[in-house]
Amino acid sequence: MSRLPEEILHLLCPLHLLLEPTGHIRQAGPTLHKISREPMEGARFLEIFEVFRPRAVTSMEQLLQTEGRKIRLRLRSGVRTPLYGVLVSDGQGGAIINLSFGIHVLSAVRDYALTSSDFAPTDLAIEMLYLVEAKSAAMDASRSLNTRLQGAMVEAEERAFTDTLTGLSNRRALDALLERLKRSGDPFSLMHIDLDHFKQVNDTLGHAAGDHVLRHVAKVMTDVVRQDDIAVRVGGDEFMIVFGKLVLPNRLSEIAERLIRRIEEPVIYGGQTCEISASIGIAVTEGRVGDPAELVEQADMALYASKRAGRAQYRFFADAPGGDNSVQQASK
Amino acid sequence: MHGLILRTFQVFIEDTYGPMTWAEIVVGAGLDVPAFEPMLNYPPETYSALIGASELGLGKPAEAIWEDVGTYLVSHPNSEGLRRLLRFGGVDFIEFLHSLDDLPDRTRLAVADLVLPELELTDSGNLQFSLRVGDGLPGFGYVMIGVLRAMADDYGALALLDTEGGHRGEQILMITVIETSYAEGREFELAANTGGSEG
Repeated sequence: MSRLPEEILHLLCPLHLLLEPTGHIRQAGPTLHKISREPMEGARFLEIFEVFRPRAVTSMEQLLQTEGRKIRLRLRSGVRTPLYGVLVSDGQGGAIINLSFGIHVLSAVRDYALTSSDFAPTDLAIEMLYLVEAKSAAMDASRSLNTRLQGAMVEAEERAFTDTLTGLSNRRALDALLERLKRSGDPFSLMHIDLDHFKQVNDTLGHAAGDHVLRHVAKVMTDVVRQDDIAVRVGGDEFMIVFGKLVLPNRLSEIAERLIRRIEEPVIYGGQTCEISASIGIAVTEGRVGDPAELVEQADMALYASKRAGRAQYRFFADAPGGDNSVQQASK
Repeated sequence: MHGLILRTFQVFIEDTYGPMTWAEIVVGAGLDVPAFEPMLNYPPETYSALIGASELGLGKPAEAIWEDVGTYLVSHPNSEGLRRLLRFGGVDFIEFLHSLDDLPDRTRLAVADLVLPELELTDSGNLQFSLRVGDGLPGFGYVMIGVLRAMADDYGALALLDTEGGHRGEQILMITVIETSYAEGREFELAANTGGSEG
């Protein structure tokens, strides 16, 4: 094979090497001079480069056998930049090897301060660098947008009055409502509802089943209460219903009974039956309308009386002083 | 209208004239939002409302504002990233000019849904060029004048730019390169100083 003039290879393949049959480097492309501290010409190729794929190569004979296949190699000293290469025999026992930085072009450009003129004009290295920078900039913009959107979402959730799982009002809505009731001075009553055996559903059938049950309970509440009553999920499996201008014990008992009956109807989820019940505490403004917070506390005490008495029932808080009468039982 | 274009306009005004001026333009344009997100889309009429309000707010014709936007994109430290991306186009100003045909495609590689008007460079010899700027984005030709002027500086070249005018539709820019290495030019290293580390 006739020898190509040096300059042609330097321009077309700035990362080429010409090897003597002895395995010594006769000529190395200009970019290779930038990546090795010592001159490559005259040195043995395998003393400067370690060929490790497709298999480790230890002799010129083995090296020639890789002809035409992609080899992977790295410098033995310095930064040890990984390279890709291909070898073609020159027909006289020697070889031409062309190298590329491949995917490692980014670190190579940084480590060796390479410039556009270190790459062949047809090399896609510069396009690759462009693309990496352009994509990082675009990704940064996207990431910062995502962060801002997430912040906005959290803020919106904090301002929202709706419980996202059940669609009922949330505790924030309840606070606002109680504040409004306090100002208006209108009579009202509160029902504090806690689900019984809900934890078992969650534990044995999973959170998805639990969520399903909570949504079901929410629907029951919306069905049972009047249009203007407000059902609130105050947290976990705890609910509160605010009955504006309704203080009749008979009417409230009726509603509480219906709620418990409907909640006790088994719910099917994923072929499994979920069975729960509910304990309810009721507090009613009597004559004077005091601090709604006080009424919340009374409903809470009535609820715990129901729980203590064996769950699945409701009780009124009766404002009688002391003893057993402080909570008035109502049979289920 | 791509948010990146509107956002560019916003940061140009904020960085050049200050946030107060931007706030006034937002009011003048009757915008629903005080700031644009570069990765969102906005109704097409937002752009013309913004340009109209800027002309009034800055007391300048739109052509001059667009040109300033182009200069800003290349020379302001806050848009150094874009200058770098443009510099990948060529090792000198002439090579850069020849890379302009690829600019809309290069842009799409980075931001797939950002469609810029077509660019077509004709080399008339004797360092005379003409650049045809396609339609689709009113004022883009003027932005390109600002970009080209600043890029000539960046490469240390001296170039004269002229246009036949017209906002809508196509626009032809005439470029005369007086000298390719007139001044030192700004430094450009292939490896970015920040980020982009591949380990």
